[in-house]
Amino acid sequence: MSAKTLFAKIWDAHQIRQDADGTALLYIDRHLVHEVTSPQAFEGLRLNRRTVRTPEATFAVPDHNVPTRDLAQGIQDPVSRLQVETLENNCREFGIRIFGMGDPRQGVVHVIAPEQGLILPGLTVVCGDSHTATHGAFGTLAFGIGTSEVEHVLATQTLTQKRPKTMRLTLTNTLGPGVTSKDLVLYLIGQIGTAGATGHAIEFAGEAIRALSMEGRMTVCNMAIEAGARAGMVGVDDHTIDYLANRPYAPKGKDWIEAVIHWRHYVSDPGAVFDRELTLDASAIEPQVSWGTSPEMMAPISGQIPDPDTMADPVRQSSARKALAYMGLQAGTRITDIPIDKVFIGSCTNGRIEDLRAAAQVVKDRKVASSIKLALVVPGSGLVKRQAEEEGLDQIFITAGFEWREPGCSMCLAMNNDVLSPGERCASTSNRNFEGRQGAGSRTHLASPAMAAAAAIHGHFVDVRRL
Amino acid sequence: MEPFRHIESVVVPLDRANVDTDAIIPKQFLKSIQRSGFGPNLFDEWRYLDRGEPGKSCQGRPVNPDFVLNQPRYQGAQILLARDNFGCGSSREHAPWALLDYGFRVLIAPSFADIFFNNCFKNGILPIILDTQTVDRLFREASATPGYRLAVDLPEQGVTTPDGHTLPFQVDPFSKHCLIHGLDDIGLTLEHEEEIRQYESKRRKDYPWVFIPEEASRLGFSG
Repeated sequence: MSAKTLFAKIWDAHQIRQDADGTALLYIDRHLVHEVTSPQAFEGLRLNRRTVRTPEATFAVPDHNVPTRDLAQGIQDPVSRLQVETLENNCREFGIRIFGMGDPRQGVVHVIAPEQGLILPGLTVVCGDSHTATHGAFGTLAFGIGTSEVEHVLATQTLTQKRPKTMRLTLTNTLGPGVTSKDLVLYLIGQIGTAGATGHAIEFAGEAIRALSMEGRMTVCNMAIEAGARAGMVGVDDHTIDYLANRPYAPKGKDWIEAVIHWRHYVSDPGAVFDRELTLDASAIEPQVSWGTSPEMMAPISGQIPDPDTMADPVRQSSARKALAYMGLQAGTRITDIPIDKVFIGSCTNGRIEDLRAAAQVVKDRKVASSIKLALVVPGSGLVKRQAEEEGLDQIFITAGFEWREPGCSMCLAMNNDVLSPGERCASTSNRNFEGRQGAGSRTHLASPAMAAAAAIHGHFVDVRRL
Repeated sequence: MEPFRHIESVVVPLDRANVDTDAIIPKQFLKSIQRSGFGPNLFDEWRYLDRGEPGKSCQGRPVNPDFVLNQPRYQGAQILLARDNFGCGSSREHAPWALLDYGFRVLIAPSFADIFFNNCFKNGILPIILDTQTVDRLFREASATPGYRLAVDLPEQGVTTPDGHTLPFQVDPFSKHCLIHGLDDIGLTLEHEEEIRQYESKRRKDYPWVFIPEEASRLGFSG
């Protein structure tokens, strides 16, 4: 049999049928649902008198709208509350398991699903959320879908899909001290652009990826969508297996032994051919900070804001000018001279325990700068929060002047009350710096947890490697 | 879904690359549990000078006169001309819902983000990919010519300019078929129920650990 990519192994194993034009009907093993992109899908089922075909394959959690403080009072915003209640009612009606408000496991869907052992190698995983790519870290094929497709999966446990192309990004050598998985993926997006991988499933490979923890790999795969990719994935190795051992929903006993033997198969075969290949040197990557309104507008911490006049492509030039005007920044400004108003540490990109540890290490025995109006830590899940508290990280943050909140998507997309005011500048560990993303008129600078923490301490960006 | 065959309309040129779905429909409107009513808030932050809120009427809100959608010559347009990577970012289907609710049935750009591209077809919107030079030309012509119109023919897969020149475009046969007939693709998939059932039962037999029975949900509860 010819050498196959990781992607092809999973795709081929899930293809139920294929039409003459190449459209495939794919079986979906795991479906994750949250409150924002599902109500219209459930409504569609009701209108067409359809049921959920395989309820045991779907898991739900409210995350986008949930408040991050004063939970005892419930959700104050009536519109948000209705959406969360609608999810709970839909799950009850259609027999879907939900990690509801008040469940200690509740949190950001892409944090809790791996944490619970719901994401296993070789599976197809979908969710009505673009950051579903996160789960590719486990050697799965995981991708975001729209609400019509959510309805399609609920009704049929399948999706009709066009086969994407494959791309391998090989990161040779390892990241330097103080440089994290977040810097790696921000750097990649800066290099290939936000449409650099459109139509492709990316496999991240190479020594630097192998050296990453599962949390680090999730951060990298999470932002594959920001490079336009359909999916991001990493082949299975000992890190994958070790992470899954004893997770609540992972197989146990004899099933575990059989599953592990099977999972080892989810790597690209030697000699497998990709549609595109790109190799980059991970040791050359510095901590990264975004300066504009697209995740491709990226600079190293030692760098400065580029001059649109020097850009050859007129469309890029015009985008950069608009971005600088929106961000209130001048070409040539050093990244370390950008002052910050607020800091957000959290999200499906960087709300895991390793992220909080990295931030706490920077914050320990220091104080948030007096110029910082708000520094927030929002753990990715109830279990991350509990673990951080057991390790005393909450006290490190609180002593330094951070607010320690309840889990949720929070200021990553500002659907709850955690919103920036117009013109406010935020060092954020989230994934998107789009105009208005963190609130109308908000200005977002994407960075790693350690870099965001260091910006909170100094009031502006600093090179975390020099602290 | 409303069937799609031909559209002939004024064209709005939106001259920006990487227009994301947060810009198409800002997050505060995602709290709705309906599929309709998003049109007045399409491009809300660019279109209005104040901040839009769900449930707040857009009648009488101060509009941004510089934003292209607000210019009188483009009123009633059903075709949106855009730049590279249109619809990037969040998977929110509220973006095509808002475009459709406003009146757009055709989007033309050099490239689209993948999830958004799929979402369009599910809602009776035709996203057309034309090469960068052609899109550049359409931008120049649409901006320079008040009342500039294009005619889009899906069965023939062509966009016809006012000078009578037809630009061919590609569309995958399955999506084209669904769009022309306004088909619900869940209904089409359910015709293959027997194949799905056979696949699923084999998968359950070969890899039982993939499936998580209801009782397993009690594992891991700690509160």
